[in-house]
Amino acid sequence: MNPAQINVSSFNISLAIPEIFLLTALLAIMVAHLFWTPQRQEARLLFASVATLLATVVLVVLKAMPVPSGSVIETVVITPIQYGFSNMFVVDQMATLLKIALLIAVAVVIIYSRSYLATRKLFSGEFICLILFATLGMMVMVSANHFVTLYLGLELLALSSYALVALNRDSARSTEAAMKYFILGALASGLLLYGISMVYGATGSLDVSKVAAIVSGSRANDPLLTFGLVFIVAGLAFKLGAVPFHMWVPDVYDGAPTAITLFIASAPKIAAFGFVIRILAHALAGATEDWQGMLIILAVLSMAIGNIVAISQTSMKRMLAYSTISHMGFLLLGILAGTNNGYASAMFYIVTYTLTTLAAFGIMLLLSRDGFEADKIDDFKGLNQRSPFHALLMLFVMFSMAGIPVFVGFWAKLSVLEAALNAGLPWLVVFSVLMSVIGAFYYLRVVKVMYFDKPTDTAPLVAPFEMRAVLAVNAFAVLALGLVPGALMTACLNAIQRSF
Amino acid sequence: MTFQSIIFYAFSAVLIFSALRVITAKNPVHAVLFLVMSFYTASALWMLLYAEFLAIMLIVVYVGAVMVLFLFVVMMLDINFEKLREGFWKYLPVAASVAILMVAEMVLLITSKNFHMGDGAMPGAPAAISNSKELGRILYTDYLLPFELASVILVVAIVAAIALTMRPRKEARSQVVGDQVRVKAADRLKIIKMDPTVEAASVAAAPESAPTPPASSVAQSPQTPAPVAAKAS
Repeated sequence: MNPAQINVSSFNISLAIPEIFLLTALLAIMVAHLFWTPQRQEARLLFASVATLLATVVLVVLKAMPVPSGSVIETVVITPIQYGFSNMFVVDQMATLLKIALLIAVAVVIIYSRSYLATRKLFSGEFICLILFATLGMMVMVSANHFVTLYLGLELLALSSYALVALNRDSARSTEAAMKYFILGALASGLLLYGISMVYGATGSLDVSKVAAIVSGSRANDPLLTFGLVFIVAGLAFKLGAVPFHMWVPDVYDGAPTAITLFIASAPKIAAFGFVIRILAHALAGATEDWQGMLIILAVLSMAIGNIVAISQTSMKRMLAYSTISHMGFLLLGILAGTNNGYASAMFYIVTYTLTTLAAFGIMLLLSRDGFEADKIDDFKGLNQRSPFHALLMLFVMFSMAGIPVFVGFWAKLSVLEAALNAGLPWLVVFSVLMSVIGAFYYLRVVKVMYFDKPTDTAPLVAPFEMRAVLAVNAFAVLALGLVPGALMTACLNAIQRSF
Repeated sequence: MTFQSIIFYAFSAVLIFSALRVITAKNPVHAVLFLVMSFYTASALWMLLYAEFLAIMLIVVYVGAVMVLFLFVVMMLDINFEKLREGFWKYLPVAASVAILMVAEMVLLITSKNFHMGDGAMPGAPAAISNSKELGRILYTDYLLPFELASVILVVAIVAAIALTMRPRKEARSQVVGDQVRVKAADRLKIIKMDPTVEAASVAAAPESAPTPPASSVAQSPQTPAPVAAKAS
């Protein structure tokens, strides 16, 4: 073979510069932190990792710009679809927006986690490295245009997450949670791969664009494709944590150290959304009526089980776990509409959900201290008397999760319901509204406990300045986006429309 | 019957026999060895199909690494395999239904038009194409990104394994080079002035304490290297 046949410029490697930068910086941190003295290590790790993530955001934005000149805001809106690495990698508007959201979410996670993990001697180089590896996996997931790349990105995220959950290795509960997470996650990956292999059998390709063309064109092999679709949807539901594949969610949320739970509950959901869109809405768009029915079942069950079981929880972490399950049901509501508006509203939902979850767990981390985990709902008793400001922030978060107007959660719920209604599913909309009324009970109970109960714990709240500042910005963003949801909504709609 | 088909049937017979023995052998070590044999014959079948790279990989990776590891585990763990076999007939219906399902799925996949299964005839020798070369080319061009990602996943495996299992031993002693370099002679050597309290007569009475303590005794820390002590005194 003639070596000249390999044309390196056709790989378009420069498209992946943000990912390459992240990997390089992460490997540099991995080596460098070994030489840092223990006293300085903590602050340096925090600075290095957050700086790396923010620099990656800048690179993502620069990469999304079609021309070097022109203002950033303007050009982000019109990212052209660019393919690289022999069509395995794609940079489009959706990938750009999701990457920015998840990188910022990870940076916030690291800032929140610092004091919690440092008092438990877990804020180590390994923690930072695994978080950054997971971030790389998520970036690959939202930017993949090939089933193999999608799968490898998912595994990169999943393997790092298993290790993160087990990071507190002296705790039997963490180890047990990690074990469950690992076994069920491996099973889900197996299901997904099995489904992907069947799609390959039916279409003869693993390239998302080619599969899309074949599926919507000839649909050569109907039963085989549908069969594969069942496995793929089951695998995706596992990863999202939708009922009936939700069993790992409460155990892992409860067993992992709170800071790790914060990570698992936030950024990976954004990546999972991108993953689902790439597979269902891009590759298998031609089989929409097939997967729509499956997603309806998942959504109905998730909203019902998630909201009803959450009522009986006394642990804050378990309650938020079931709340996540119900939120995944709402997310599926947007996706199953099968329209651009539906995908855009689901995207809006997932971004705002992540924002809200970050703040909820952030306040939990703020309340916990050495030897004390604020993971019971009772630990929030009388928060208003201890710190009115943080009680107010938690109020914002709980109202937003419940979907009460002026907070961003309301607009998110409204837009997915609208999408489901436009898809001709009024009964599903009525059901979802009923479920969200049930859900409001347990969110408002937290507010009641904070404002009307006597505090049982009177220790002062101590947290580093940067955490308090970011937490305040985060919770006020929940309010601000609720007051002005238009810009983010338009950005999501643009992202979806320009990525198809 | 050509020479090739004779080889094919011979190897297939050995393969089926050893695969059956894997699940019927009473001794687990025998079962693992039969598994090695079935891999070996399978690789010979691949060689027959001109898939020389896969054939070699099967021997190097599976026989050479995975099976040896397997053998280690079987030998190290004291598993009562007789006990594990209990309830074989009880679980047979479930196992059989799973097996039937898998066969049905396989048939579904194989009969799919898109697999281009052909008539099952042995493919002829491809014209001067090196399997390994082609695989290498595709791995480093079309599949460059997945290939690199797989390597990143391996790095994650190393980091995770170290993060989860490495425990610095508390009783372990190690050098702190910085402290060693920074040390001054005065930190290590302390000279104490003492009055000569030992009389000559008592020294003579106890001859076994042969090295007579000097007038100014030198208190020396155990690690003090000799040259430092000499310089200080």
